[in-house]
Amino acid sequence: MGRILLTCRLAARDLRRRPAEAALLLLAIIAATTTLTLGLVLHGVTDEPYESTREATAGPDVVASVSGDPFLGQPADLAALEALTDAPGVSDSSGPYPLVGVELEADGVTARDLRGEDLGGAGVWAQGRDPAEAAVDQPELTQGGWVRDGGVVVEAGFADALELGVGDEITLRTRVCGPWLGEAPDCRVAIRRSFEVAGVAVTAAARPYPGVCFGRDCPEIAEAIEGSPLADPPEDEPTIAADAEAPQEPVEPGLVWLTEADARGLAPMESGLSYVVNLKLADPTDAPAFVDDRFPTTWSAPFLQSWQDIRDEHDQVVKDTAEVLRTGSWLLGLLAVAGVAVLVGGRMADQSRRVGLLKAVGGTPRLVAVVLLAEYMALALLAAAVGLAAGWLAAPLLADPGASLVGSAGAPSLTMSTVGLVTAVALGVAAVATFVPAVRAARISTVQALADAARPPRRTPWLIAISARLPVSMLLGLRVAARRPRRAVLSAASIFVAVTGIVAVLAARAQFGHDAELVGGTDPTTDRFNQVMLVLTVSLVALAAVNAIAVTWATALDARHSSALARALGATPRQVSTGLSASQVLPALVGAALGIPGGLALFAALGGGGDGVSTPLWQLLAVVPVTVLVVAVLTAIPARISARRPVAEVLASERA
Amino acid sequence: MNANESLSRVGPVLRTRGLEKEYGRGEGLVHALNAVELEVASGETLAVMGPSGCGKSTLLHLLGGLERPSAGEVWLAGERIDQLSEKALARLRRRAIGFVFQAFHLMDELTAVENVELPALLAGRSPRAARRRAVELLERVGLTDRAKHLPSALSGGERQRVAIARALSNEPLVVLADEPTGNLDSAATLDVLRLLDGLRSSGQTLLIVTHDSRIAATADRLISMRDGAFVEETRLTHGTTGRLAELAGLEG
Repeated sequence: MGRILLTCRLAARDLRRRPAEAALLLLAIIAATTTLTLGLVLHGVTDEPYESTREATAGPDVVASVSGDPFLGQPADLAALEALTDAPGVSDSSGPYPLVGVELEADGVTARDLRGEDLGGAGVWAQGRDPAEAAVDQPELTQGGWVRDGGVVVEAGFADALELGVGDEITLRTRVCGPWLGEAPDCRVAIRRSFEVAGVAVTAAARPYPGVCFGRDCPEIAEAIEGSPLADPPEDEPTIAADAEAPQEPVEPGLVWLTEADARGLAPMESGLSYVVNLKLADPTDAPAFVDDRFPTTWSAPFLQSWQDIRDEHDQVVKDTAEVLRTGSWLLGLLAVAGVAVLVGGRMADQSRRVGLLKAVGGTPRLVAVVLLAEYMALALLAAAVGLAAGWLAAPLLADPGASLVGSAGAPSLTMSTVGLVTAVALGVAAVATFVPAVRAARISTVQALADAARPPRRTPWLIAISARLPVSMLLGLRVAARRPRRAVLSAASIFVAVTGIVAVLAARAQFGHDAELVGGTDPTTDRFNQVMLVLTVSLVALAAVNAIAVTWATALDARHSSALARALGATPRQVSTGLSASQVLPALVGAALGIPGGLALFAALGGGGDGVSTPLWQLLAVVPVTVLVVAVLTAIPARISARRPVAEVLASERA
Repeated sequence: MNANESLSRVGPVLRTRGLEKEYGRGEGLVHALNAVELEVASGETLAVMGPSGCGKSTLLHLLGGLERPSAGEVWLAGERIDQLSEKALARLRRRAIGFVFQAFHLMDELTAVENVELPALLAGRSPRAARRRAVELLERVGLTDRAKHLPSALSGGERQRVAIARALSNEPLVVLADEPTGNLDSAATLDVLRLLDGLRSSGQTLLIVTHDSRIAATADRLISMRDGAFVEETRLTHGTTGRLAELAGLEG
């Protein structure tokens, strides 16, 4: 008991002696643990808003839809759809409701239609509804009133993205595509009608914008049927707009409701109509099995979506966010390891006399190591607690379900596994970073420690030989870096991790920017990702900056004797400070250069970049010089302060 | 005629006027140097003696531009240096001053020859020329066979000989030595004295701060210091005619 008390006392006093360093350590680990907590607790946090919306709208258990084929002039198989309403297990239903894929024009909106061709409007499903209330899937109005002649209700997520509100004028138009006699194939506007936005509503019967799909438009059908004869279009199916730029991935639209008459009036032909029915099952948990049993094997068969599938799509935005955050937290964790290792190493260089005193008064090597480990473990535990609390409190902000659902995400639950993992990561960071200095302190001889002997620098002959051929500043910088190769590696690793994260973010931004361009308007998924990536980028840059300053400071302290000596022998303060900066810039250059392929590999490992979208080359090329410049600026101040210390004072205080 | 030679012809190599240095403020104010007047002629060997804390090392630092005086003037080869910028002082040290420290102050990660060539590299000499000069100097101090050794593998005397060779790297106008034998045993002291004797014979201006009377006795002139001021000045004849080590009584 007495030993534990002694250990705690020694650790606490040492921490109090250097509050700034303790605060930096704490911040580094808190950044990692907060991000990790966010990533972990965001899982499942959006279930609640979907459940609320489902309850408020009498949400269906299964949504079934079927499409006609306008190219073959084949109308939708309405009978097959209606047969589902009598299937075993179905207790209630609404529909069938007609659906037509149209383009929406509103002020400032430019986008593409359902099939992805650049036709200048926002792709949208127009669903014909009865003005009377439906038993299943009656969208809950958040603004205005329900459908009426000439009045449409816009799905809330879509309305939010397009900034549409009650009273706005929109135009819905449809096109007919085909090879025309004597002319090149293209699509031409067949019907154009203006509507007023009568209301804005939410539904639990559709995927969130921009992922709404019905019938053969849903990507699952194409994936399932791909490889079968159905994958190839019939030979007599006309091609459309041969000169139009093909989309690089399916484009999914938004959703509006209007009267059945208005919907049918937008379809140029019967085969251009799709239909949807909403089914209630006796047991909603049977929905996935009900859907699996009826998975379509032909384009014309009804396509079914269970409410669980739709819920998962709503959750996907937050789940993707969680994935990004978890990856970011590992990067931040690695940065924290590098930062803590440098800080602890720097402290150890300053602490050898204290270690010697501890040993001289009877402290065993184990006690010395335990005291050091206890200090940083205590900080890690504190950081874990703060990170858990901060992540838990911030999660609802990132789990905001958006306009597509009613209700809020609520507070996520902190499970034991989350608490355990976050604490383990915090302790792991501290342990990995502290282990080597602690063992070194335990093993140093008492006399050596009492003499406060500096750890002998490492000699790297080939670097010394190369540096002799360089200008004075580079000569000094290279030799300073070569004195402590472990620190140079940590410095390079820190920059590598930060640049890896930044390049991955740039790649992701390029990808989402491309997707948003395809979808048109504002994409809530992209918005969410941009927010999260901004937070991650700022965290990565901030931690890397702290690391760069800490490394420079530790290097400057460690090299104070050689710097003072160089000045006594004729080096100018500027040459010395430039050299100290160069000792950080050189590893940063290596780290930044390696970080580019690292970031692209990380992005690819997370499933990005599959559609040929690449980060602009100029951005990748700019990363290295910008990183080097930032490191040079960050390190300039500590280097300058160090280089201006009085030479005589330093030389007088240092032993040979 | 090189730049240093031209500088040395304009008068005393080193000169101070009313040199003062204070540390601290208020009740903690310490007068390290009080109105020091000094002149060192070209080729002269001057020893400064005194008890610890009398201001010897401070004087050396002020003469070498490592510290700035609180008042007074420092002239080196006709140029006033106490008002120079840090950059100009660094350049001056590079070409005109060689330091020898009690604690040697060698770079631990550099071999003997790399330590000796460092001032030449800092002065912008080519690596080849710097190495050639360093090899010559190591030969002069009798350490040719130790050129590739790290300081940790050298004895105290050898380290100080390396430090002296380093101080001569850029052919300085004046060598400022701060207790050059303070950390050495008798045998090593003898080696260093022989070396300093050689330097004196070759006309190198030397200013040696020491509290070892045997070394002081070998100089051309001896100045005693107490409480930051010169209290006695003695011109010695032995130092200019005899051999340093012999006079110091270290040779049997």
